Amino acid sequence: MIGWLRHHWLSFAQTARRLAANPLASLLNALAIGVALTLPLGGYVLLVSLQHFAGSAATEARISVFLAQDATRAEIAKVQAQLRATPGVRSVEFIGRDAALAGLKRTPGIAEVVATLRENPLPDALVVTLAARDVELAQRLAQQFGKLQKVAHVQADSAWVQRINSLVGFGRTAVLLTAALLAFALVTVTFNTIRLQILTQRTEIEVGKLVGATDSYIRRPFFYLGALQGALGGLAAWAIVDLGIVLLNRDLTDLSALYSVDLRLQLLDSVDGLAVLAFAASLGWLGAFASVSRHLHQIEPS
Amino acid sequence: MGAPIVSFTQVSKRYPGGYEALKNVSFSVEPGELLFITGHSGAGKSTLLKLIAAIERATTGVVLVAGQNVSALRGAAIPFLRRNLGLVFQDQKLLYDRSAFDNVMLPLIVTGHPWRDAARRARAALDKVGLLERERANPITLSGGEQQRLCIARAVVNRPNILLADEPTASLDAEYADAIVEMFRSFNQVGVTVLIATHDDRAIRKLQPRVLTLHQGGVA
Repeated sequence: MIGWLRHHWLSFAQTARRLAANPLASLLNALAIGVALTLPLGGYVLLVSLQHFAGSAATEARISVFLAQDATRAEIAKVQAQLRATPGVRSVEFIGRDAALAGLKRTPGIAEVVATLRENPLPDALVVTLAARDVELAQRLAQQFGKLQKVAHVQADSAWVQRINSLVGFGRTAVLLTAALLAFALVTVTFNTIRLQILTQRTEIEVGKLVGATDSYIRRPFFYLGALQGALGGLAAWAIVDLGIVLLNRDLTDLSALYSVDLRLQLLDSVDGLAVLAFAASLGWLGAFASVSRHLHQIEPS
Repeated sequence: MGAPIVSFTQVSKRYPGGYEALKNVSFSVEPGELLFITGHSGAGKSTLLKLIAAIERATTGVVLVAGQNVSALRGAAIPFLRRNLGLVFQDQKLLYDRSAFDNVMLPLIVTGHPWRDAARRARAALDKVGLLERERANPITLSGGEQQRLCIARAVVNRPNILLADEPTASLDAEYADAIVEMFRSFNQVGVTVLIATHDDRAIRKLQPRVLTLHQGGVA
């Protein structure tokens, strides 16, 4: 058992030394894999940030119900009661047309425009807060509210959240497709690197077989090489994506200030980063496995 | 006499393309024997040794090594067969990316030998072939005779039961050749079965061993 562990450690150390002995080639390989992984990883980061942004912007699902200009107080009270009685509604707030206008007057830039109006064009409104953030429910209720008497217009604030969500769904499919393609590329790159490495170590493999090395002993360093190279590629991708995010966030800060929303991209957290490393390492291992199965048996002592 | 450690029964080896390297060869070797295999180049000496180490497989006939039928051995069992053999081959196949010491260590590392004990054994083997003071040297800096001795150290380091040597004295000066032959004799004297393929008549005259002569693939 200890001998077996020590041998694993020896294979690993030998592999690491081999990579270190050819720093430029190893670096270029890691970068090639890293760049390939950067595309789906970057796409993933954008999606996560977009979802995060959509989530934080729509903290509450609200429906604004605008009433007809001729609605009387009694009619308004009736609508309000109907809204309250609807399942899924948490609260209903009345915002009178005068209060709405006063609110607009406090908004810089709009105050001047409002001041030129001779009469208040705004309708009375009821703002419905839903119990849950459920986009479908909001849509259904909005339609339902639109049919009530003395209701002029209904606006579901969650409509654009739904749009973002469907956009995210599209983006996710695109990211998955790119990831699948580039995963295949990574396996191919490793397949070739390992093939070259097997040819380089031809004599060593022959001698190993002559002195009684088992096949698994001979294969092991190549598996490590593939996995290690994949992991280094994953590390490179992690670094490239985080660097990109830092650079993009500098520009986004200005944009966020202009729109007064939080538009920052999220850096990869360690769980995501380690997942990328593990994923890349497994792909490297897979490429090595394919290459070793294909090429190693061709080398026999003669 | 006990069971032979190596026995060939009507063994033939035909290479792809039809060349028949061995024809109906039968012989056996007792444990602890010293056997010289002679014959002209192309007589089948190398092929015979390769059949014992499962580097080549017999086309027909049975090759028994330590009771195992080598011609029917599964691929996965071959490494364990070779761990009982010491091989000294013509193209020495030393690894030039590591020291002489590391070359000798290889058979022990491959078998998962404890490192400390392996290092001790490797030094003992290097000492036996007179290369202990060159253990840090890269094999490429060694002379032809020294490289041949390094191969012998690598072949004996895991204390094999059988030592196979293919033309170990070819391309060496008479003086070096004598030293190498003497080494094989000393291994044989401590109980190792030694098979040497050679056409070095000097060695044969000197040691007076049992000789198996091959002629055009058959036992002459």
